[in-house]
Amino acid sequence: MDRLIYLDNAATTRTAPEVVEAMLPYFTENYGNPSSVYGFASGNKEVLTKQREIIAGVLGAKANEIYFTAGGTESDNWALTATAEAYGSKGKHIVTSRIEHHAILHTCEYLEKRGYEVTYLDVDENGLVDPAAVEAAIRPDTILVSIMFANNEIGTIQPIREIGEVVHRHGVLFHTDAVQAFAQVPINVDECHIDMLSASGHKLNGPKGIGFLYIRKGVKIRSFIHGGAQERKRRAGTENVPGIVGLGKAVELAATTMQERTAKEKELRDHMIRRIEEEIPYCRLNGDRVKRLPNNVNFSFQYIEGESLLIMLDMKGICASSGSACTSGSLDPSHVLLAIGLPHEIAHGSLRLTLGAETTKEDLDYTVDCLKEIVAQLRSMSPLYEDFLKKQKNK
Amino acid sequence: MYTEKVMDHFQHPRNVGEIDNASGVGTVGNAKCGDIMRIYLDIDENQIIRDVKFKTFGCGAAIATSSMATELVKGKNIQEAMQVTNRAVMEALDGLPPVKVHCSLLAEEAIHAALWDYAEKNGIKIEGLEKPKSDIHEDEEEEEEEY
Repeated sequence: MDRLIYLDNAATTRTAPEVVEAMLPYFTENYGNPSSVYGFASGNKEVLTKQREIIAGVLGAKANEIYFTAGGTESDNWALTATAEAYGSKGKHIVTSRIEHHAILHTCEYLEKRGYEVTYLDVDENGLVDPAAVEAAIRPDTILVSIMFANNEIGTIQPIREIGEVVHRHGVLFHTDAVQAFAQVPINVDECHIDMLSASGHKLNGPKGIGFLYIRKGVKIRSFIHGGAQERKRRAGTENVPGIVGLGKAVELAATTMQERTAKEKELRDHMIRRIEEEIPYCRLNGDRVKRLPNNVNFSFQYIEGESLLIMLDMKGICASSGSACTSGSLDPSHVLLAIGLPHEIAHGSLRLTLGAETTKEDLDYTVDCLKEIVAQLRSMSPLYEDFLKKQKNK
Repeated sequence: MYTEKVMDHFQHPRNVGEIDNASGVGTVGNAKCGDIMRIYLDIDENQIIRDVKFKTFGCGAAIATSSMATELVKGKNIQEAMQVTNRAVMEALDGLPPVKVHCSLLAEEAIHAALWDYAEKNGIKIEGLEKPKSDIHEDEEEEEEEY
């Protein structure tokens, strides 16, 4: 199989050639440490500032509010643990949702073991958090609300501005994990009252191992990595200059092409959703139909299991992912699919396809054609489908 | 992740299907965990497994182990079929990743459950065969959701 159709852009993306090109000189030519005094190296300090400005510009923030990290997971860990510590004397209560990424959920568990209390908000059947529920959960001792901008599995975009308004009104800090949403949907940190925002480079055709945390000026937050004075003494360690340059370039490209790119992706996404719904019986679109990331398609196919579906798609050259337990190494299917109310066996049969800038209509049509065949084949082997057909006959 | 044999049995599963008026049918597993196996046995008057079919809801390993298990018991008598353990199925597949070992256990249980059904129907006792612990009917009352 020569053809490779990459539909797992929510997992990671291809680094754009322009990004690689921008990074290369910082390995072999301008390799100086930005903290050094001599001219050869100190120029790199400005290079870093330039990237901060690019990112801040996209978010409506200030350059000195952008802190580079090793990626989304670090940013999430930092935002939660450091705020918890800095504001621990004010209170020990945190509000989040059941459908957050594990970088948030497992950090919350860590904090719970250390005396913090966490409220996990339920979501509706489309994965939406109700701003009224956020308000109801806020207590006098609440120090932080962390709600993701858009979900990585089902693509649902949260009413972040409404949630931000509620949180702001109560004088509580608001963090959002925007790893999937950044440069996919317009975000303005002031309009949405966001105090902290996590993002990652490799989800937007940038390099892996680089991301940032936006921290609004005035937010007390202790340093996460101790050492040198880098990142305004808040995140020590020699800066990943090539990575940061790559991130800056990727953000610049993603932001300037956002409108055109996402319009095209939405059209392709809806075409694929329509074809699957029309041509494959007993399936369910997971996530909100409208408040949805432009590149996310997520379906559950009844009576079949996700991992076998993925392997069969792989044999056709199609890369996708699933919320099935078998793909996560545990016995439980995805916590997101369970949180939107799917029964276990239907959550096991889920498939996520995430489009990229290079995805074509032909790719998607080929994928749906293969999918139809594979779903039918797996159902013909499924005892659950057999029982279902017998039940239908006896009706 | 999977051996060539596993991939072969996954891509070209042997003995998929149902048997009408089977001598014994066994269903094991649990949809909650994402694996259900059903084995149909056609056993002749000499207690030889004349035919065997399976249906499986599950991952690649679950489908491959079901397929291999049916190959291993076909043509055997019921005592020989009792020797088809999960270890035997795994060995025949050149191994499984550690997280998938439970799939081979399920294959052994499915065969035992089908043999138990056969033994019950015919009022006989098969040496070494215990009543299968099947939790498949656990959720039966729940109304199935359709989309």
